[in-house]
Amino acid sequence: MAKILLEMKNITKTFPGVKALDNVNLQVEEGEIHALVGENGAGKSTLMNVLSGIYPFGTYEGDIIYDGNVCRFNEIKDSEAKGIVIIHQELALIPYMTIGENMFLGNERGNKYKINWNETYNEAGKLLQTVGLHENPRTLIKDIGVGKQQLVEIAKALAKKAKLLILDEPTASLNETDSKALLDLLLKFKEQGMTSIIISHKLNEVSYVADKITVIRDGATIETLEKNKDDFSESRIIKGMVGRELSDRFPKREKNIGETMIEVKDWNVYHPLYAERKVVDSVNFYARKGEVLGISGLMGAGRTELAMSLFGKSYGQNISGKLILKGKEVVLDSVQDAIKNRLAYVTEDRKGNGLILSNPIKINTTLANLDSISKHTVIDKDKEYQIAEEYKVKLKTKCPSVEQNVGNLSGGNQQKVLLAKWMFANPDILILDEPTRGIDVGAKYEIYCIINQLVAEGKTVIMISSELPEILGMCDRIYVMNEGKMVGEVEGEKASQELIMSMILQSGRKGA
Amino acid sequence: MNKGKSIEFIKKYTMIIMLILITAFFAWRTGGAILLPMNVSSLISQNAYVFILATGMLLCILTGGNIDLSVGSVVCFVGAIGAVLMANMKVNIVVAILVMLLVGIAIGAWQGFWIAFVRIPPFIVTLAGMLIFRGLSNVVLDGLTISIKDCTTFVNLFGGGANCYIPNFASDTSLNMTCMVAGIIAMIIYILTQINGRVQKQKKGYETEKTVPMVLKMVVISAVILLFTYKLAQHKGIPTVLIWVLIVIMVYGYITSNTTIGRYFYAVGGNEKATKLSGINTNKVYFLAYLNMGFLSALAGMVTIARMTSAQPTYGQNYEMDAIASCFIGGASAYGGIGTVPGVIVGAVLMGVINLGMSLMGVDQNMQKVVKGLVLLAAVIFDVVSKRGGKLISKN
Repeated sequence: MAKILLEMKNITKTFPGVKALDNVNLQVEEGEIHALVGENGAGKSTLMNVLSGIYPFGTYEGDIIYDGNVCRFNEIKDSEAKGIVIIHQELALIPYMTIGENMFLGNERGNKYKINWNETYNEAGKLLQTVGLHENPRTLIKDIGVGKQQLVEIAKALAKKAKLLILDEPTASLNETDSKALLDLLLKFKEQGMTSIIISHKLNEVSYVADKITVIRDGATIETLEKNKDDFSESRIIKGMVGRELSDRFPKREKNIGETMIEVKDWNVYHPLYAERKVVDSVNFYARKGEVLGISGLMGAGRTELAMSLFGKSYGQNISGKLILKGKEVVLDSVQDAIKNRLAYVTEDRKGNGLILSNPIKINTTLANLDSISKHTVIDKDKEYQIAEEYKVKLKTKCPSVEQNVGNLSGGNQQKVLLAKWMFANPDILILDEPTRGIDVGAKYEIYCIINQLVAEGKTVIMISSELPEILGMCDRIYVMNEGKMVGEVEGEKASQELIMSMILQSGRKGA
Repeated sequence: MNKGKSIEFIKKYTMIIMLILITAFFAWRTGGAILLPMNVSSLISQNAYVFILATGMLLCILTGGNIDLSVGSVVCFVGAIGAVLMANMKVNIVVAILVMLLVGIAIGAWQGFWIAFVRIPPFIVTLAGMLIFRGLSNVVLDGLTISIKDCTTFVNLFGGGANCYIPNFASDTSLNMTCMVAGIIAMIIYILTQINGRVQKQKKGYETEKTVPMVLKMVVISAVILLFTYKLAQHKGIPTVLIWVLIVIMVYGYITSNTTIGRYFYAVGGNEKATKLSGINTNKVYFLAYLNMGFLSALAGMVTIARMTSAQPTYGQNYEMDAIASCFIGGASAYGGIGTVPGVIVGAVLMGVINLGMSLMGVDQNMQKVVKGLVLLAAVIFDVVSKRGGKLISKN
């Protein structure tokens, strides 16, 4: 048996209100490729952030034993000094710098006073050869494709003398050919003695490349499967990932579904910066009055992009397709148009795109519909206060007063303020994007109750969520989206986690 | 009052407390000279341009800490055009005023277009404006000083010269009665609106302020109004320029706190993305901020040439800095989204008092600049650190 290079022992990490990791154990042998799999939010990335020192020593419990020593990393530099290098899902490259500059950023060749550019580009060139990228190291990052950028990231890691390479969803934005090349590169490195940890949703890739697979679910390690010893089939892995009982976590409601309220036909959206990248691909769907429609999929499937492009073209370019609201085709060129046509989009990023944290609850509540409480542009502040109070009571927002700044509220209460804001805008159709992300179980239940209340009032709710149990527990009908396409549609009663997962995974393979 | 409440009280009224302390300090060091009626009156007329410009600057800063560096040059340019029109070309003063305002608005539109729609950083656009309009002022004036002493109506209207006060209707009293009556009327209007607001709230069944603090606040503010008008009345009465300043303060105070467009300025500065996704045209908000800045710069330009009774290519230098400093000292956030018109006015008065006090004490001009710089830095440090919960050093 080979030497254990890394052991993570009883790692526990808590965020305010949430236990993200609960006694997680992980053993990685030298020279193996170890895969981490699990649903979104299971805790994979958190675990890797603990390992790399992004969450410094002292903010978690448990031990990291690397190369025989207990390690206490205070920042990324500490872990990198030991040869642990993490490559994040979101590429951390600077578009207007050259490949070479990016590779040696923070790790510059030369001395304190002068960067040695010849050495930089010479070494960069050699490392690019190692990863099989035939590009001039003086090329700007923005001028090469995503697949090549991923290779630059790996070359950058090699420049740091990586001994343990951690890749978080390395193939998420790559096409099949690039993915295959990347995986083969990992296998080649393995032969040269490199150890890697790979996080991936693409189970076919995982079974192809990994020696061991550790399954994480709800912040705990469930099992570790070994190649040639255990069953490595996708269905076996999925069982480990989702094997959880659904209980009474969702309030019941009476179904009362009416006519079609929104219909989208052949909807295409391109990336706002990279015009050739298609983010939403010929999407068709519809939703009815009184219906909770779920859109399921993995992160990066294009769900948020679809929703925002429908909401007054607030995302993307070259948007094409038909949007039919209440039987009438409409063109919504701005958010104003969308709101006027009684459409609301409740963002997944409540702090970044949803709320004004430095302003009180009452101001946030009325922002999307100020005209209704003002006369000749003069705001009736008493009315504003009254409305904010109304919604505070209706949604059971916990706060000392509606004068409270939103920034001081908990995530769940912030979410309620955001919902109040859009309910006050009086829409017929609400698109809720990850409405329960990052909030505790109790608040989740209350959000579900609000959703039930909305459809009971005859509104249409389109719920985008990465949490399968929530989609299954709440939705009347579910669409499955993957890589910009709608890849499946299923009635709520007939759906199961296994079915949805396999829809996603199979569509991923069809793309090959 | 418990500890938490008193800390909140101090936080809310920091700048007013500072203003009182600094005034008291100068009153002590100057043997009370700073409180003489003549000095109170000149505090107003000397700083009128700061009040006007700072109000406009607040709107720009609200949209995200964006500043306008060009206002000093625009003040000079508009003033130069006005002087040429009135003194050299003998144009009717109403026409001249209209032209000056239109020029200011056009400059605002020009800069606002690049900033709001083309998204050129405001710092760059207004730095360019600073150079352009300073240069154009020189061109218009041909590098000379143009006197507008003979345009008495204009000078009187905008508060220059020696007789630019509202006349005393009771001509035989040493105390200016017009001023006193105006002060008393202002006080009564203030008290009535407060009471009316409270009654309205009670009628609709809304929560009202507690009675004791409300009465206390009303007593203090009424006393300040009376004392202030009494001081002015002891000198020559209400400087005409004070009327303009008050109009600007009241109109913009109302816009920022009570109207939808005012709300949008705060929203854009607080979170532009969220504002956009709430269906608000953020480009338009930026545009309006700079358009308005041009308009108010024109007004400040008129006030400036009236006070100096001339136009010169060097007028308005560093005015932008006075306006920006007043905003930040008055509690506007350097990141946008936070700040009020009354706060900015307190900031401007604070700067004015420091200027006046040091001049009366005979402090060297250069040292005055050092002190003003330190006050500005201290105010913003206080703002940033207190928002971080009292920690001085930022963690990454």
